[in-house]
Amino acid sequence: MARKLFNEPSPLEVKVISKRFGIDNSESLDTYLGTDGMKAFWKAREMSPEQIVDEVKASGLRGRGGAGFPSGLKWSFVPRTNPKPKYIVVNADESEPGTCKDRLLMEYDPHQLIEGMLIAGMAVDSHKGYIYIRGEYRYLIDHMDRAIAEAYAKGWLGKNIQGSGFDFDIYTHSGAGAYECGEETALLDSLEGKRGIPRLKPPFPAVAGAWACPTLLSNVETFSAVPAIIRDGGPAYAALGTPKNGGTRMVCVSGHVNKPGVYELPLGFNLLRVVNEVAGGIPNGKKLKAVIPGGSSCPVLKADECDIPGDYDSLAKAKSMLGSGGMVVMDEDTCMVRALVRIIRFYAHESCGWCIPCREGTTWLRKILMRFHDGRGVRSDIDLIGDLGKGMLGRTFCALGDAAAMPTISFVEKFRDEFEAHLDGSCPHGKAHELVLSSH
Amino acid sequence: MSDLVTLTIDGKTVKAAPGTLLIDAAKASGIEIPAFCYYEGLTLQAACRMCLVEIEKAPKLMVGCTTPVAEGMVVHTDSPAVAQARKGTLEFLLTNHPLDCPVCDKGGECELQDMVFRYGAGESRFTEVKHHVDEKQWSPVVFYDGPRCILCYRCVRICNEGMGVGALGIGNRGVISEIIPNKSDHLECDECGACIDICPVGALTSGTYRYQTRPWEMQHVGTICTHCSNGCKTTLGVRDGVIIRGNNRDRSGINDEFLCIKGRYAFDFVHSQERLQSPLRKVGDKFEEISWSEALEVISGKFKAALDRGGKFGVIGSNHTTNEENFYLQKFAREALGTENIDHHRTGDVATLLDALSGKQDVLATVADLYKAKAVLVIGSDLAQQHPLLSFQIRADYRHHQAHVYAVTAGPVREDNYAAKSVRVTEGGELAALDGLRDLLAAEGDLTILFGDAIKGEAVGKLVAFGDSLGIPVKYVCLVDYSNSRGAYDMGLVPGPGGMAYDQMLASPDLDVLWVVGANPLKNRALVGSKAFVVLQDLFMTETARQADLILPAASAYEKNGTVTNVTGEVQRVKTAAKVMGTKTDLEIIGLIGKEMGLSVGIWKQEKVFDEIRQKVRGYNVPVPVLTTGGAAQTAAVNGRVPATVRPELIRSSRDTLFTSGTLGRYSKMLSSVMEGPGKIFGE
Repeated sequence: MARKLFNEPSPLEVKVISKRFGIDNSESLDTYLGTDGMKAFWKAREMSPEQIVDEVKASGLRGRGGAGFPSGLKWSFVPRTNPKPKYIVVNADESEPGTCKDRLLMEYDPHQLIEGMLIAGMAVDSHKGYIYIRGEYRYLIDHMDRAIAEAYAKGWLGKNIQGSGFDFDIYTHSGAGAYECGEETALLDSLEGKRGIPRLKPPFPAVAGAWACPTLLSNVETFSAVPAIIRDGGPAYAALGTPKNGGTRMVCVSGHVNKPGVYELPLGFNLLRVVNEVAGGIPNGKKLKAVIPGGSSCPVLKADECDIPGDYDSLAKAKSMLGSGGMVVMDEDTCMVRALVRIIRFYAHESCGWCIPCREGTTWLRKILMRFHDGRGVRSDIDLIGDLGKGMLGRTFCALGDAAAMPTISFVEKFRDEFEAHLDGSCPHGKAHELVLSSH
Repeated sequence: MSDLVTLTIDGKTVKAAPGTLLIDAAKASGIEIPAFCYYEGLTLQAACRMCLVEIEKAPKLMVGCTTPVAEGMVVHTDSPAVAQARKGTLEFLLTNHPLDCPVCDKGGECELQDMVFRYGAGESRFTEVKHHVDEKQWSPVVFYDGPRCILCYRCVRICNEGMGVGALGIGNRGVISEIIPNKSDHLECDECGACIDICPVGALTSGTYRYQTRPWEMQHVGTICTHCSNGCKTTLGVRDGVIIRGNNRDRSGINDEFLCIKGRYAFDFVHSQERLQSPLRKVGDKFEEISWSEALEVISGKFKAALDRGGKFGVIGSNHTTNEENFYLQKFAREALGTENIDHHRTGDVATLLDALSGKQDVLATVADLYKAKAVLVIGSDLAQQHPLLSFQIRADYRHHQAHVYAVTAGPVREDNYAAKSVRVTEGGELAALDGLRDLLAAEGDLTILFGDAIKGEAVGKLVAFGDSLGIPVKYVCLVDYSNSRGAYDMGLVPGPGGMAYDQMLASPDLDVLWVVGANPLKNRALVGSKAFVVLQDLFMTETARQADLILPAASAYEKNGTVTNVTGEVQRVKTAAKVMGTKTDLEIIGLIGKEMGLSVGIWKQEKVFDEIRQKVRGYNVPVPVLTTGGAAQTAAVNGRVPATVRPELIRSSRDTLFTSGTLGRYSKMLSSVMEGPGKIFGE
């Protein structure tokens, strides 16, 4: 039976990794095998590890978790001949506000992820994989466990998979509710049973990751793209996107749009077209005010900055980021102060506390912003808010501090008028503010 | 050297070995890169972000504590961007840190205060409500004030890495992160207080010191701990003649960072209400206070009468008194009283070891050597309990140099956690077990062997023969119990030809005088059938004191100047920190007895006696400047003046734990208040 779809697909989508979404029993291994599934596995069995890595390099695939690091390069960093065990770790700690794609990839097509891990295992001589799933996705851990059990039962995991001579085991591991554990090294600490705090880098996980062994760690979406890349060839995948930005990616559109949802679009797809065409435009004929293009940690774009291609390089040029693909759309009635309060409350709550600027900075920002939003701000607060963002940017241990700093700095710079308008104690949007922002 | 890396820091050309961290390279060239979480010898954290520096061509400020030097690197530690970052970090830190400096123990010696003074902003822009949680008591020793904590994790690391205990961790996250003890609301650990000393702020405070004084009101006296034999330097904080604190923040001793609960907290016996402060004479069943001159007159009379009739003297010395006192005591006994009945409680067979090693060079390990040894063999001792500094050094050697550690013991020891091999034996089977390790040990680059009282007499010779047979450089440490156990041997507090050992003295029916200086030989026995006049010099009304005829109140090691020799044969100075009214040092007491008897054996000034020791005691011709500048001078590996014919059956360790210290330990409130005490050896 067909799983109820998360959202109606758009005709503008290019369905590569989401092509099984909506098929009857898409999560079953039989469905998977009947729809090109595991073809890439057999193809990869015929290839040398170097050839697999080269294929991934040729695909132009970049990490879909947010940082956009070239995947083929990362795979080539894993010392294949190292005598230690090597691990494949899937980052399914999908926690960036506005992002909900990994969840769908695991829910609708778990075997695609498994196949991606198998191929990665072959490429780096790894025989053990972990899928680290955020604790809030409890149902998905069970779901993934069922898929893994099915793969074991039918000989697609374990010893000598399908007589190929290749062994691979997969385990799921539950997160415990910390955003920080989406950071790859904090994830590894958590996986090892420690407190989830980021590690010093170098060494990078490729060299010393889980239990200090070489570890290939990537996002669910990244691994899910691997079967298609091997099956159809790296160049074919690359051609779907723009130069240096190969393939498609899952864009999660939320906020003030008529058709929020997750859409698979080619890299370079114009942001404004995502809002207006793919997601059906803004409800009630309202005007667009701003877009956060890649999850709440990205600098915000004003409406007039959004007419750009949605790829890593164009976004970087616009001084924002493609991030995790979580696109948050805000219409003209949105109070940007309130939006920033919401974002900073999240980061203050999620700061792991390891380093001073993030731990103290996010909390201080939260306190000021909540006071400011509640009408008890003073003019000097506006500069202070921006200053605190700058005081964190680039100075924290991991990227969480930057994740809080970037929206802060951009909100204050781009919407200073709205902050000033709050000084007289009222919101310029004329709405009565619900002051539900309890101190947390 | 050509393999050094050349870089520029603040315009200064600096050379450093490859792999040197920027913060260390800067420090070596006199440039401070401030940091809270960075701590030499502990794992890197990069958490405080105070050490951010500007490196040309780097896209953003870099962390000085984890960035290694590189050829041609150009570093600025004082640029506007760096100054701004430091100011920012300090401003962040102060947002939740209470500004209770006026009542904070750390005020005046607080690293956060110093940093803010030097690098911080003049005023804060923070006008919000601070995060607050109440202070917690984790043990009689350790208190934690969460809001003051800046989360540098030094305490967590010193406990886990340095002490090998791992009693501290981090709980919660974000701004409510806090340090938590291993037993949810309290600590079960060594109670060493290293976490308190290493805390850069006043978050961890000590049960003995908190709210007692301001640091600048104290005088700081660097002396040697008077408990175990390891010879740790402890700096006593003294106000108005009262010792308030022991710590080691100047790290100037052989123990560097290290002190155990005894070194940090067990100084409190000095000011115990039970200290003897007047000479006492037994009248009937009771003691009566008498004056010093009366007491000396009585003793002189008794001693002279015994001398005149050719009577027998027995002299028992101490493991805690200074070399000068021990030397002077045996000299007086031998030369003035004409007796060879001299002894003390022997806890390790130093004499036989020195005999076995005679003629060899470089065979006695120092405390510093333990940090450099490629391999260490521990025989018959629970080091973490009995010799905590040595245990700390070996652990550091393992952490920093991957030393191979072997343990041959009668039960589990802390060294098992990282030992290359641990061997369990029944007590007495230690020596026999070594053959099983022969091949492993012979493959090491060098070896240091530490052995306890399980190896004594003939076994010592066999151990040295075993060491010789390995074909690698081998050094030895003979483990003894107390702060001057080693010195007591070396100074000759042992029976001479025809002299009685202490067991014979105590059992002798015709002893005329039993003179006990700083010892408690009658702890577990009654002096029956003895007609001896018993004189005791001690601090407390011990079991021996109760059986004495005359008691003289002595000064403790913290109330006198002199030298002591630690377990590794290193001589160090003890200094006067406090005075307790009514007491005299043992040296002065012996001198006054001699004067009263008209039988002086030389002036009893400490410096003069030490000069004589340097001339007369073999191996003790140590450089005086090393001592006067607070250093440790190792004695040579020669047998001082000790006859080799010792009675091994008299050699036994008291098996003190971390929380006991012979008779002395009973009078330390802090030692007896911690729940871990009295502790166990070999996990018994």
